[in-house]
Amino acid sequence: MLKNRRNEILVAAVLVAPFVIIYGWLFVFPTVQMVYLSFMNAPLIGQGTFTGLKNYQRLFADKIFAGAIWNTTYFVILTVVPGTAVALGIALMVTRLKGWLQSVILSAFFLPYVLPITVVYLLWDWMTNLQFGVLQYVIEPIVGKPVNVWRTIPWFMPFAALLTIWWTNGFSILLFLAGLRNIPKELFEAAALDGATRWQVFSRITWPLIWPVTVLCLTIQLILQLKIFDQVYLFAQGGATQKTMVLVQYIYEQAFQKNAGGYAATIAVALFVIVVAFSILQYQVLRIRGAR
Amino acid sequence: MSSTDMTSPMAGNRKRSLLVDIVGAAITLLTIVAAVIWFFPVAWAILTSLKTDDETVRPGFHLLPEAPTFNGYLFVLQHSDIGIWYLNSTITSVTVTVVAVFMAACAGYAISQLRFPGRLLLWWTILASFMVPGSALIVNHFIIMAGVKLLNSHLGIILPMLITPVTVIVYKQFFDSLPREFREAAVMDGANEFQLLFRVFLPMNWGITTALAIITFIGAWNTFLWPFLAVQNEKMMTVTVGITAVQDAFGVAYARTLAGAVMAGLPVALAYLLFQRRVTQAITLSAGIKG
Repeated sequence: MLKNRRNEILVAAVLVAPFVIIYGWLFVFPTVQMVYLSFMNAPLIGQGTFTGLKNYQRLFADKIFAGAIWNTTYFVILTVVPGTAVALGIALMVTRLKGWLQSVILSAFFLPYVLPITVVYLLWDWMTNLQFGVLQYVIEPIVGKPVNVWRTIPWFMPFAALLTIWWTNGFSILLFLAGLRNIPKELFEAAALDGATRWQVFSRITWPLIWPVTVLCLTIQLILQLKIFDQVYLFAQGGATQKTMVLVQYIYEQAFQKNAGGYAATIAVALFVIVVAFSILQYQVLRIRGAR
Repeated sequence: MSSTDMTSPMAGNRKRSLLVDIVGAAITLLTIVAAVIWFFPVAWAILTSLKTDDETVRPGFHLLPEAPTFNGYLFVLQHSDIGIWYLNSTITSVTVTVVAVFMAACAGYAISQLRFPGRLLLWWTILASFMVPGSALIVNHFIIMAGVKLLNSHLGIILPMLITPVTVIVYKQFFDSLPREFREAAVMDGANEFQLLFRVFLPMNWGITTALAIITFIGAWNTFLWPFLAVQNEKMMTVTVGITAVQDAFGVAYARTLAGAVMAGLPVALAYLLFQRRVTQAITLSAGIKG
């Protein structure tokens, strides 16, 4: 019996060894090192000096950091709730369809999700091109003139949000579809027999029963969009990056363009705290859901 | 009550079901229109990539290319390192997929089925790494990879991308859901733990492994930030990072640029279209919903 027990531990050790080594080296260690570095005045590569809380004092007084917090928040506001609403609408439309029509339509809605961001960037950069972009045929009649959306600050974030919803919505659509399929068919049949209208069916059956999935989508999107970098970086390249700076972009700028490793780590700690706080919130929400 | 009143509820019903049919057809039509609009950017990129560069900048809206040509593709193939980028992307994405999924299956199995000291600590680390944003660690990943001289190498791109805690969580939940009798019966037959994992548990549902592998592959192929930071040498870039270099190098030449984009997106688009059900499964599993 004791031999079995020892054997079990040995097997477990072998099985988890690669995992422990990789996560220890590339997750636990960098996380600790990040916090350590945030107390240093250090270049990206090379020796630094201990400065205590100086980086944090600088962070709280930093206007660009405050701007990055605001821009990130603005982006989250523009994407999370609208994106989830659009996804629910699409899922409701797709779920009615049957057979091959459903798979074709769903593929059309989902495909953007699997594309790399640089492909998405090139597609939208072309579509929004000031001279030849096809979207200018939509913009021009509304505004009266073509708009260079990625170089016009008030247009930047809404367009980045639009593109992001287009790109990432497939994920939420699939979750909503799975949720809709889990609603017992009898409920809809009973409602149809009672002569319920579409709106009644939606507001009294679908919406309350899909609400847990809605919360799930909202929290997943929230955490995902807080980490926004790629699209904003790619579209702001060569322009006034400071005006549309988001958090991860500020880490990138400080570390890789200003060679301020210590301060970049301080911003990373701030991002870390924000995302972990929201993740714990998500975990609580899911636990409540699980308990129901 | 007159006779017309007697029949009116039924007539009303019929009228109503006709109305429902019309509304239903209208919604279906609307769905199709919405899907076409949603898909348009992708279709437009493909169509543009088949045009000549002159045609792309001609005024007015022309949907279809006048004389479809693959010149844009040929140009990108001949004048950029896209072949090498493809190879880099394939090497890194396949390695990340194989290693990450294998590692996750082993760890998920051990945490689910075996009792060993540190088990809970390990599980909490995984849940924690699920919460920690990878983008917060880019600075330190860069420092670590520079320290071991792995920047501008395949291994340097691969290693930080192996942190995929969701895979472990999905595996653990899958192994948790299996009845304990399987394990007891196999142990009675004298199977050792490795045989149990690879001959009994994993084969019970290859679908999960396939689903996780595909979604890991797509994720690895698409990762932008880390490969973008880890590689400066153009010969070591992945396709995802490289195609923006094509754009810069070719200036105003949209057919070429979009040909590059189509080529970069093709493998993942195909992976999705071929394994649609598995992709769906992986996404619902990773969000903890039963599909």
